[in-house]
Amino acid sequence: MNEKNDWPLWEVFIRSRSGLNHKHVGSLHAADADMAIENARDVYTRRNEGISIWVVESKYVIASNPGDEESLFDPADNKIYRHPTFYELPDEVKHM
Amino acid sequence: MRAYTSYEPLTEYVLRCADNTLVLGHRISEWCGHGPILEQDIALTNMALDLLGQSRMYLKYAAELLGHEETEDSVAFLRDAMQFRNSLLVEQPNGDFAHTIVRSLIFDSFHYFFSEQLIRSKDQQLADIAAKSLKEITYHRKFSSEWSIRLGDGTEESNRRMQTAIDDLWRYKGELLTPDEIDNEMKEKGIGVDLNLIAPSVDNYLSQVLSRANLQLPQDEFMQKGGKQGLHSEHLGYILAELQFMQRAYPGLNW
Amino acid sequence: MSESSMLEKFEDKIKREVKIEPREWMPDAYRKTLVRQISQHAHSEIVGMLPEANWITRAPSMRRKVALLAKVQDEAGHGLYLYSAAETLGTSRKEMVDDLLSGKAKYSSIFNYPTITWADIGAIGWLVDGAAIMNQVPLCRTSYGPYARAMVRICKEESFHQRQGYEIMLTLAQGSEEQKAMAQDALDRWWWPSLMMFGPSDKDSKHSAQSMAWKIKRKSNDELRQNFVDATVPQARLIGLTIPDPDLKWNEERGSYDFGEIDWEEFWNVVKGNGPCNKQRLDARNKAHEEGRWVREAALAFAEKQAKRKSEKEQVA
Repeated sequence: MNEKNDWPLWEVFIRSRSGLNHKHVGSLHAADADMAIENARDVYTRRNEGISIWVVESKYVIASNPGDEESLFDPADNKIYRHPTFYELPDEVKHM
Repeated sequence: MRAYTSYEPLTEYVLRCADNTLVLGHRISEWCGHGPILEQDIALTNMALDLLGQSRMYLKYAAELLGHEETEDSVAFLRDAMQFRNSLLVEQPNGDFAHTIVRSLIFDSFHYFFSEQLIRSKDQQLADIAAKSLKEITYHRKFSSEWSIRLGDGTEESNRRMQTAIDDLWRYKGELLTPDEIDNEMKEKGIGVDLNLIAPSVDNYLSQVLSRANLQLPQDEFMQKGGKQGLHSEHLGYILAELQFMQRAYPGLNW
Repeated sequence: MSESSMLEKFEDKIKREVKIEPREWMPDAYRKTLVRQISQHAHSEIVGMLPEANWITRAPSMRRKVALLAKVQDEAGHGLYLYSAAETLGTSRKEMVDDLLSGKAKYSSIFNYPTITWADIGAIGWLVDGAAIMNQVPLCRTSYGPYARAMVRICKEESFHQRQGYEIMLTLAQGSEEQKAMAQDALDRWWWPSLMMFGPSDKDSKHSAQSMAWKIKRKSNDELRQNFVDATVPQARLIGLTIPDPDLKWNEERGSYDFGEIDWEEFWNVVKGNGPCNKQRLDARNKAHEEGRWVREAALAFAEKQAKRKSEKEQVA
């Protein structure tokens, strides 16, 4: 049980149909990028779940710090002028 | 050479396709739950599922040609070894992962060029099955080629194991590419594949993969043959003992 | 932020049904409980492949064969989703696998029973997967995000497993006398171990209360077991099979079935490693792992060589 290393961990993103964003679906282990794509195909698209795959070695994912959640995201709360409902239009204008 | 049950030439031909995929699918399915790493367990099982799926199409067609009350199951489960028409290569045991990969590499290389030609068969059912299978086979060939390169060019141990597997299994390549009277008859009728035509492509492909994998291409010396005429190695009997156990122990029931 | 205010924030999230995500602060015990539960669950999927894989090469028809193969492959996939969820908590796959192989980690005891006849494949699909689904559906709402998401995926995929098993039992039950006997025998052997899958009774379950409070678990062992009995008894009747429990009877007042006492001695015995197949299962996992070692090492060595070649090429260019 003295094996040196696990195969590296990869994060997998799948585009389920054209027009949609790639979405994170999980992770897996693979020795290299080609294998990661193939493993992702075998593991995460067994039921036609995808038409395109991205893999990124997990160590390269930079995540925001959960502790900064409030300072990063709460300020957007008070910028209601970014949302269309902030603006009042006459009822006659049905769609804008 | 065909001293045993003989079928109509087209039936013989379809059974070769059915049995190659059935027996290789069976062998690879033996890996399920025992693969070298979880991800590869899943990948191997995909191959087995693809092969068994292809086999079912050929088996159903064979059942149709055989007539009477034959079904895919009676064709798969109620013939004895001498009535099987798979090549010797696919019945060879899994051995270590290297043997499994090399067996697939040789078969997939053949199967790819074979099916690519079979798509043009004048027999519509064979052409359709080949067309449906080719995408899967393309992926299989990629998988076994990449793994051959990875293991051939990996560690000293993996290189040694791969070379041993190639030296062990090379003798079964010849049968896949050497036409017999059935192959010739089917070719002349525009139904079967011209093996002489695809042989150079298969050899060329294999030599490219082995060279990228730092593996020695063996000399084409003595080649074993007989499988596709029904003369098998000792291994097939044991495969059938498992494959057919239920149908033999409890004949004529629905499951 | 102080530990106590972080704890307060954590508990508030749990209360408001907001999922806890990787890298967020969580109590150590919460993390440990999750790693234990998720990795046990993953191990169960992986070891659970073995009794069923035992019948792949002997399945009685081509249709049954491909269905079984696909099902066992799904279990490998589910094991992988779960390992992947556990890895977000900072425990590597290698650590988890090593614990399984050394016998330190537990997995569901049900997989320490043998599959002797083809009917056992039907019984596993129907009863074992049925019990697993009972357990798993509430886990789709578990408080840890990656675990909940893995469970959603698993539950979606599992839906065919139980149907597959029940269909096998149905076919046998409608078949010859031999087939009926085979089906009944399988039910007799798998019924009680299936009830044991829900774990010890609530009063004896040492982890349950805290797990419920943290919303890792959403329903108690006894509650789930009762749901399973109530769902399964009519299914057995429908196909003419008899549940092997003389104490089983409908309780009008509770609107549920009363059932007999589980043999807890057998339960603890199997947990402790004395089930019929504990040794074979671990041996099989260890063998696959050992025999795969050179493959895993070679793939890594190749990847390193390739990376080196690539960077040398880039330096030249």
